[in-house]
Amino acid sequence: MTSNIVMQSADVTRAITRIAHEILESNRGSSNLVLLGIPTRGVTLARRIAAAIASIDGVHVPLGSLDVTMYRDDLQKQPLREPAPTNVPVDIEHATVVLVDDVLYSGRTVRAALDALTDLGRPDVVRLAVLVDRGHRELPIRADYVGKNLPSSSGERVNVSLSETDGVDSVDIEREAP
Amino acid sequence: MIPHLISTRDLSREQAIALLDISADMAESGARENKKLPALRGKTIVNLFYEDSTRTRISFEVAEKRLSADVINFSAKGSSVAKGESFKDTIVTLREMGVDGVVIRHPSSGAPHLLAERDWIDVPVINAGDGTHEHPTQALLDAYTLRAKRWGDSARSKGLDGLRVVIVGDILHSRVARSNIWLLHTLGATVTVVAPPTLLPPGLSEWPVSVSYDLDAVLAQPCDAVMMLRVQSERMRAAYFPNAHEYSAGWGLTLERFHRLSPDVMILHPGPMNRGFEISSAAADATQSLVLDQVANGVFVRMAVLYSVLTGTEVMS
Amino acid sequence: MSSSVLISGATIADGTSSDILVVDGLIAKVGKVSDKTDRVIDATGLLALPGLIDLHTHLREPGFEQSETVLTGSQAAAKGGFTTVFPMANTSPVADNASVVELEQSRGIEAGYVQVQPIGAVTAGLLGTHLADLRGMADSRARVRVFSDDGKCVHDPLVMRRALEYVLAFDGVIAQHAQEPRLTEQAQMNEGEIASRLGLAGWPAIAEETIIARDVLIAESVGAALHVCHLSTAGSVDIVRWAKARGIRVTAEVTPHHLLLTEDLAVSYDARYKVNPPLRRQEDVLAVRAGLADGTIDIVATDHAPHPSEDKECEWDVAAFGMVGLESALSIVQQTMVESGQLSWADVVRVMSSMPARIGRLPWSGLAAGAPASITLVDPTARSVFSVDHLAGKSQNSPYFGRELPGRVVHTMFNGYLTVENGQLVDAETVASAARLRVAAGLVRGLNEERHDG
Repeated sequence: MTSNIVMQSADVTRAITRIAHEILESNRGSSNLVLLGIPTRGVTLARRIAAAIASIDGVHVPLGSLDVTMYRDDLQKQPLREPAPTNVPVDIEHATVVLVDDVLYSGRTVRAALDALTDLGRPDVVRLAVLVDRGHRELPIRADYVGKNLPSSSGERVNVSLSETDGVDSVDIEREAP
Repeated sequence: MIPHLISTRDLSREQAIALLDISADMAESGARENKKLPALRGKTIVNLFYEDSTRTRISFEVAEKRLSADVINFSAKGSSVAKGESFKDTIVTLREMGVDGVVIRHPSSGAPHLLAERDWIDVPVINAGDGTHEHPTQALLDAYTLRAKRWGDSARSKGLDGLRVVIVGDILHSRVARSNIWLLHTLGATVTVVAPPTLLPPGLSEWPVSVSYDLDAVLAQPCDAVMMLRVQSERMRAAYFPNAHEYSAGWGLTLERFHRLSPDVMILHPGPMNRGFEISSAAADATQSLVLDQVANGVFVRMAVLYSVLTGTEVMS
Repeated sequence: MSSSVLISGATIADGTSSDILVVDGLIAKVGKVSDKTDRVIDATGLLALPGLIDLHTHLREPGFEQSETVLTGSQAAAKGGFTTVFPMANTSPVADNASVVELEQSRGIEAGYVQVQPIGAVTAGLLGTHLADLRGMADSRARVRVFSDDGKCVHDPLVMRRALEYVLAFDGVIAQHAQEPRLTEQAQMNEGEIASRLGLAGWPAIAEETIIARDVLIAESVGAALHVCHLSTAGSVDIVRWAKARGIRVTAEVTPHHLLLTEDLAVSYDARYKVNPPLRRQEDVLAVRAGLADGTIDIVATDHAPHPSEDKECEWDVAAFGMVGLESALSIVQQTMVESGQLSWADVVRVMSSMPARIGRLPWSGLAAGAPASITLVDPTARSVFSVDHLAGKSQNSPYFGRELPGRVVHTMFNGYLTVENGQLVDAETVASAARLRVAAGLVRGLNEERHDG
């Protein structure tokens, strides 16, 4: 197994700042915005993006978490997953919701998140922000804001580490030794 | 995590705490406007009730529907069972119909165990009460209720360590008592059972409980919760105790005993209650009584159990 | 037409080696035999035991032929090395009169695998209130001497006393199923921690012991013979030991399953382990073994109780009580008593052949010249995993499947002809015609004369 760091701490910070700018730009400001992170690292990223927006725009946008466990289509095929809390602080009716996750891969997690969101209310607009897009989509889903496009093979593992949960900010690719 | 839920004796501390944590997640979704979750969409669950129990059956049915399962209610009355069909034949029939899970209530101790162990059917089995053996979801909801009350918002991932629980009543015939004794012990609580000697099971000294015949002496010691068990009046006729008055005076949570109880002692009863017999109305309706919490939590705990045994099954097998 | 068989080189229970010459259904000589015979059975390495006798069998006929018949139960018995069985009276109709016991006996003679010596009911219809036709059964062709309401206890002390007194008239014995009914209402398994944990109603030891204690005192006061069926607790052993020391005419039996199996098997809720009296604790198992070894318990009896699968493949409390035991009995006794050093093979002959005959009031002379040639040839060194292939009866409710057991019945000879040969049952036709020859020769008594005199 070899591991190759593709984003250092500074790269991660730059990517988050850029995503914050892009969100503000396409939304024409911070009004109506709600950031919902998908547990666990998506919640941490959402918090960072919210902080970045606050430092740019001076506004604290509503921030929450959206657990998608019960909405997954692979509950039979995976070992039992313990659900994580869902915490949506404001009414999402007519809001612009930005879903935040660490890695976009097959798209199935985002599909589940859209279902989960539907059960909570009807936002006007839903966008998707991810730190890494590694390709290999299995569903017609794409991200609106991407920290880094990282073409990878399906045999590889992309690991996102964030200092809050993992002690350090980095993204690396693991692959089987040749 | 667990293939079936037959007995709380089978649960490790980690498994029990995980079930309580998932119950808390389910409770969270229960507070939403749209209470439904899609986790068991496309799954067919049969509630196989060989014994009347409106409360437990409805609690399971609500839980199943909240998880989007298709629900079939099978009650022994009006079915082929009334025409003398054997247990095994009924089960094999359900297998051929392609059910994905069975919730079973049965008057024979061990019937859910047979269902889980024999090759009659190969789906997850949840024991909803069997004879005088066990009633594991009742014990889980009791533990959930105690934990939520004791720890509030910080309950997640905790057990019931150090909690002192007194269980009073017909221990001999109570499946609720058995399931509670094992689970409370697993979760770190200390359990004292109190009953007339005739209503204590033989061999109790080998169980992880202290035993007393004297309710007043036990309640004079500090405790955190008192669980009153339903006592069936037919026990009188079988000479277990002389009459209702004497039972109540000795082992009921009477008004007088209730008034002596510290206001922070939690009061539980699995229901249905015999008011004025094993529990006074004052105690049943007191603010420290968790009887209604138990009913509400029953749905969340059963959702957690259903979710746990019915997902991840492909990986397990 | 004379026929002769030589069993050569067999080991007798006392350890010596011997030939056995069988002529016309009787043992002609035991020792060194050089006569020419029609047939030779090489018994080198095999143990020759007098045919085993089971004082406690349920043949289920008449009335419950879906479980067993006289023929299939006789075949199970032969497979297990038995040459005589005493079928219990809880048939339908109940064996409480001469016609039922004569029917059972004649069916046994027709089948020809073993001697079927019926037990009569103590009370009419097993209802526990009025005495059955005890004298009528005693005087019938079946010559009944053992009476039992087995399956039910003669719990009324007055009825029990009268029965014990009444059978003094013809040297009968009352075999009591010791179970106090009020103490065992709804009872499912041995009372104790395991029953409590499993939520199965407990069957206390005192339900057995109080009846035995009462009965030995009644037997003492009337000077009658009491036999205790399937004794199962350490306390029961103590009571019988005390009674024998006091000179009371009491005998007792233990089943193979109570010599081996314990209550913890019930944790599977597998009703093959549901039996009456219930499987007890390990302490009880050790106590009944010691009782059998020191003679307090006189005999081993199978309580062979066949049931169809639907009565066992069901909820524990709905399931029938009982297990089949004829085919496995000798192996269990070998494992629990012989291999533990508590009984010699000579003792096995005592507890499974001579004493059962004595309690059942049958003549018995073992492997002596002049005796009927009923001989069981056993390979005690064989071992096999017990399976459904070992069974020869109609039902398969054995608790021993999957267990490795010692010993193998290689040949069973009944009245000079083989009922089991090389471990296989001889077919019903061959056995029945051999049996008819013995009847014609007047070797078998008690037969339906009307049918055979013409």
